[in-house]
Amino acid sequence: MTTLMSEPETQETSKPQPADQTAAESTEDKAVNDSETLIEVKDNFGFNYGSTQVLFDLNLRIPNRKVTALIGPSGCGKSTLLRCFNRMNDLIDGISHTGDITIGGQSIFDPALEIISLRKKVGMVFQKYNPFPKTIYENVVFSLRVSGRNNKALLDETVERSLRRSALWDEVKDRLHESALGLSGGQMQRLCIARAIANEPEVILMDEPCSALDPIATGKIEELIDELKTDYTIVIVTHNMQQATRVSDRTAFFYLGKLIEYGETTKLFTNPQEKRTEDYVSGRFG
Amino acid sequence: MKLEDLKQRPAGEPMVWLTAMGLALGTVMVVCLLWVIFVNGITVFWPKPVYQLELDANSTHRVSAETNVFAGAISMDREITGADDGTREYQFFVGNKDIYGFMYKFVPQADLVESDRTKLTQPKDIMVAERLEYGNAIFYPVSMQLGTNEVLRAETPDFTTKLYALVEECNERRAKYTALEKKDIGRINHAIRKIDIQIKALTADKTTKEVQADAALTAQIDAKEKEKEKWNAEYEILAKQAEEMREAQEKDSLTYRLVTGEEKTLPLGDFVHIYQPNQFGIGDKVGFFVSQFWGFLSENPREANMEGGIFPAIFGTFVMTVLMSIAVMPFGVLAAIYLREYAKDGLFVRGVRIAVNNLAGVPSIVFGAFGVGFFIYMAGGTIDRLFFPDYVASKVPYFGTGGILWASLTLALMTVPVVVVSTEEALAAVPRAVREGALACGASKWQTIQRVVLPASAPGLLTGLILAMARGAGEVAPLMLVGVVKLAPELPIDSVAPFIHLDYKFMHLGFHIYDVGFQSPDSEAAKPMVFATTFLLILLVVVMNLAAILIRNHLKKKYSTSAF
Repeated sequence: MTTLMSEPETQETSKPQPADQTAAESTEDKAVNDSETLIEVKDNFGFNYGSTQVLFDLNLRIPNRKVTALIGPSGCGKSTLLRCFNRMNDLIDGISHTGDITIGGQSIFDPALEIISLRKKVGMVFQKYNPFPKTIYENVVFSLRVSGRNNKALLDETVERSLRRSALWDEVKDRLHESALGLSGGQMQRLCIARAIANEPEVILMDEPCSALDPIATGKIEELIDELKTDYTIVIVTHNMQQATRVSDRTAFFYLGKLIEYGETTKLFTNPQEKRTEDYVSGRFG
Repeated sequence: MKLEDLKQRPAGEPMVWLTAMGLALGTVMVVCLLWVIFVNGITVFWPKPVYQLELDANSTHRVSAETNVFAGAISMDREITGADDGTREYQFFVGNKDIYGFMYKFVPQADLVESDRTKLTQPKDIMVAERLEYGNAIFYPVSMQLGTNEVLRAETPDFTTKLYALVEECNERRAKYTALEKKDIGRINHAIRKIDIQIKALTADKTTKEVQADAALTAQIDAKEKEKEKWNAEYEILAKQAEEMREAQEKDSLTYRLVTGEEKTLPLGDFVHIYQPNQFGIGDKVGFFVSQFWGFLSENPREANMEGGIFPAIFGTFVMTVLMSIAVMPFGVLAAIYLREYAKDGLFVRGVRIAVNNLAGVPSIVFGAFGVGFFIYMAGGTIDRLFFPDYVASKVPYFGTGGILWASLTLALMTVPVVVVSTEEALAAVPRAVREGALACGASKWQTIQRVVLPASAPGLLTGLILAMARGAGEVAPLMLVGVVKLAPELPIDSVAPFIHLDYKFMHLGFHIYDVGFQSPDSEAAKPMVFATTFLLILLVVVMNLAAILIRNHLKKKYSTSAF
């Protein structure tokens, strides 16, 4: 997240070539049709921190109940885009945008839209696991409590369902009322996923969810992502290209705030259309 | 590379030594201060042996004009100021202020007769008595008058046991009538005072009203007078009981003779405790120490605060500090939340922050003056006018005068900066990831603060409370203006409804130190009291802080953010 603010790297030329734009758009249009689309970034979406523009002319469609990976080198704007989806960037002063993003056909920048109801529809899992200093139980039901749902039976049911869904139930069922801070890193991250799905969102945003975890915990989270996509639309930012190939159906490659290439994951990794995509996925820079 | 190069010291090592020295110096000073207070404060209660000594014939340091002999306990042993040959002088506690006119006497070692200079004699039978008036007496018992005709000579074998038993009996009786006067008679006085104020108000009313209303008012006043008489009758009964018990205190008396020859007879009711320190074994000494210390903690002061205990001061300090904490915490924490979480950073917020920090540098006496003007005259006066018209009419202020409530609020105002600053720091220390997590769950900003940020910063909030308590409990200057008194007849919390009396004036350990140490006629006699009181004030602050620290550690464990 700290990389968000950094200036775009300057070692390479950054002028967008109109050809890229049309190519990306055309492949995408072919791949995701209207009925499949859940999130649409349109009207040449751009985003600024103060006077610094970090996203340029984005147009892409994210399909329903699929895993979409956003990849690219540090500072390319993939996290910024992810945080636009639940308007987490609103916490920062001096932001502005052009263009529009819709989720399920509704603009998320609509002034009539309650930001709180948007965040209930779009859950988020962060780079560093961040359970609240509360019990495991209270962590899971947090989103229900803040919306005033305190029915004990409902809460109990939600805790069990969410923890089972995030493959944590068997490990913590005997200590639901102990502090969440006593869990291991991987468990805490799965708890954060349980917390995000407790509210039954449509979309789950994951911002490098495995970057602070060891390979075994990472494996578990990846398995979990695979299971969750039957019910949820998942957008995942990752630095790990193997992870992108393992978990995602579609991949978008960003570079210096622009969408360079977007398509089926297998296609993008095996047969990239763009030179820069090929250089990046083959590890020549990044 | 040569070996010498490797031996070179890392750059900056002298600075490390300098920092270590700074810490060491600070630690040594704090430890010395605490040690001096602790030793001087605690040794007051340890029994000291009493010596009987004789002065040289031509000494100018006689205790009594008649004789060279005297008795006393050594309270100080020091080199004579300006003497190069190391000659010493002793300060003796000779007691018997009613006869000598003083309690302490400096005697140079050279003035003692040859035999007493090296070995001080400790007569076995000499007695020390703690009395209700004139401090301690040191004497030999002569006889005891029991009732009107029985006389028990000191030579009788069971004389001391009988004496101790009778003194104990007197103590019990005293406790009984004090309780009676404090509790039951206090309740009646309370009621009578209230009726008096109502009568006064009605009388004042009468002079202003028209004639036709007169009859009704007079009837009302008469009814009140009747009510008062009923209370008075009850008072008479209880007062008589107390009087009888007081008289019983005078029934038996003890005649004693001082080492210097004077004889005196006192009723046994005037003694608090009689003992023979020179016969004490180590067990007796420990027992004496414990009972003296407990008495100091639990009793009321006597003789213009010079003797007896300091319980009302401990209690007053405690209640005031608790009230202050209750007032300052919500106030300071809410202000800090707005300042840190909601206010947009700008000129105004920066100005407020600077103003809050500067408040911490305002002399505390200024807060006292503000307390008098704002709390007592304005707030208190308004409350009296609105809710207690009877008191206003009879020209007796109720809340419009210094009291424990206004003192607590004044101190709360004084300690607000401490709480605001530490709360702001605690809030700032809550990781951004946790806030974002809560917001991403659909919590509003206030819900995030209330459910996640505040619990996580609770240990920091308690740190603020600890600092505020330490500052508030030790403050004296503003309190002198807003409600502390030298001697408070009643405690701010007692068994008379409404149990918590926020309007009462109260005693305070800090003010007690000032009063006893610097306002009392006998500074020598006051010194041990000052040390002991200081020791207790520090002890009280430490105990209250420890309680807060324990809660903080508990919260830290519960809301540990080490995972981030």
